[in-house]
Amino acid sequence: MTSENDSSRKNDGQVFNRLPATAAERDDEGRATRKEVVEWWVDRFGLDPETFENYTFWEKGAGKVWAFASDLESPADVEGLGMTFLRTRQEHWKPTTDAVQRFGREATKNVVVLDADDARAFLRGEDTDPEWDGDWGYLIAAHDIAGGVEPIGVGLYLYDELRSQMPKGRQREL
Amino acid sequence: MDPLARYDSLVDDSAAFHAACERPLPSVVRVNDIKATPDRVRQAFDEAGIGYESVGWHDGLFRLADDVKPGNTWPFVHGWVYGQEEVSAVPALAVDPQPGERVLDCCAAPGSKTTQLAALMDDRGLLVANDNNLGRLSALRSNAERCGVSNLVVTRADARNFSLKPFSGEPFDRTLVDVPCSCEGTVRKNPDAVDDWSLDHIEGIAGVQKAILGRSLEVTREGGTVVYSTCTFAPEENEAVLQYALDEYDCRLLEYDLELEHTPGITEWDGDTYDESMTRAKRIYPHHNDTGGFFCAKLEVGA
Repeated sequence: MTSENDSSRKNDGQVFNRLPATAAERDDEGRATRKEVVEWWVDRFGLDPETFENYTFWEKGAGKVWAFASDLESPADVEGLGMTFLRTRQEHWKPTTDAVQRFGREATKNVVVLDADDARAFLRGEDTDPEWDGDWGYLIAAHDIAGGVEPIGVGLYLYDELRSQMPKGRQREL
Repeated sequence: MDPLARYDSLVDDSAAFHAACERPLPSVVRVNDIKATPDRVRQAFDEAGIGYESVGWHDGLFRLADDVKPGNTWPFVHGWVYGQEEVSAVPALAVDPQPGERVLDCCAAPGSKTTQLAALMDDRGLLVANDNNLGRLSALRSNAERCGVSNLVVTRADARNFSLKPFSGEPFDRTLVDVPCSCEGTVRKNPDAVDDWSLDHIEGIAGVQKAILGRSLEVTREGGTVVYSTCTFAPEENEAVLQYALDEYDCRLLEYDLELEHTPGITEWDGDTYDESMTRAKRIYPHHNDTGGFFCAKLEVGA
């Protein structure tokens, strides 16, 4: 065993580490694989797996997964790589607001479409009580605007209420 | 005395020039093509009763009514629009990046031109946004994420010593060099911009601009494109910096199209003369299009 292999077994939260393609290639037991990450979006939101064909996936910080529409051999010294995409290393994986806004339009399930008042309340970071008889857990909260359904952000649906997960800096009073 | 008076000999109508510099600028947004089309943004503005008008020369730019705060609209929340001054949309168009290319924006924060470059690339290929300030980089990151940019690498370095190491040592196809400047052209947005004006400051910052442009020419491939821009009128920061690049590096100025009214770069200033090809650079004055002031030049490397 070389020292290079030793270092690859630990998660260094300060640098970007490429997700292994599959579990067979995994060194760090806690690290999600590319296969798992794509399957999660496909299973949870019904996305076409081809959406992510040209993306590489990276972990920086514990469980913070980034999606990058290109590739780099050694991005150790960079500050950002693509967009934050998904939180892993917790029981229920959680998509980011940015990923839901970017990829959530193509979602075919677990999208809750809010009316105008609820959409504004959701954006303010408030809990709402929309009609929903689907899965519990993380949903894509969306609304109708300019002739289509547009994702706003991530909602956590539990006990008949939708808890807004809009980050503080993205909350707005419209 | 108004520092801008030193440019009276360069403009066609100095009274109109000074009058325009006194007027505030309208708020302008650029449609982010990664997430929306101009038509969909128009429809969303119409539904919300938001007043806007098209700018005429660019389908994706809208001037908003005086009472509109662009940050408090659904199109902003969705990342469909980015608040960006009209003239500041010029350099990314001059860069003209293509999907799949390797592009560097070496003084990128807070990201209006970076996100525009990403949209022009259709969010494909490699786009590197660099800045040397962590706070400004954090604003850049958040703007890029709101716009759904996913082909972006963010680096923190002094652009004078930008390293290709994280990029396998491979040069870029195109580089945008939108340098820190004395910002005279932003006086309509920020009337304090010329309060601390001094020739010493201009001459000092011109040294930094030369070093940044020089390094950018080094990290761009032969035949590649470098676009140099500032939001200032000072020839010391514009033509003189380009003259340095022409003298010290293998590069030349290119013609390019621009639908906004503008005047050519100058070939004489304060006893100095510049290369004839300087007329291929473009000077944009506030009174011509009711915008901010700007300077933009397109270079080809090693040709």
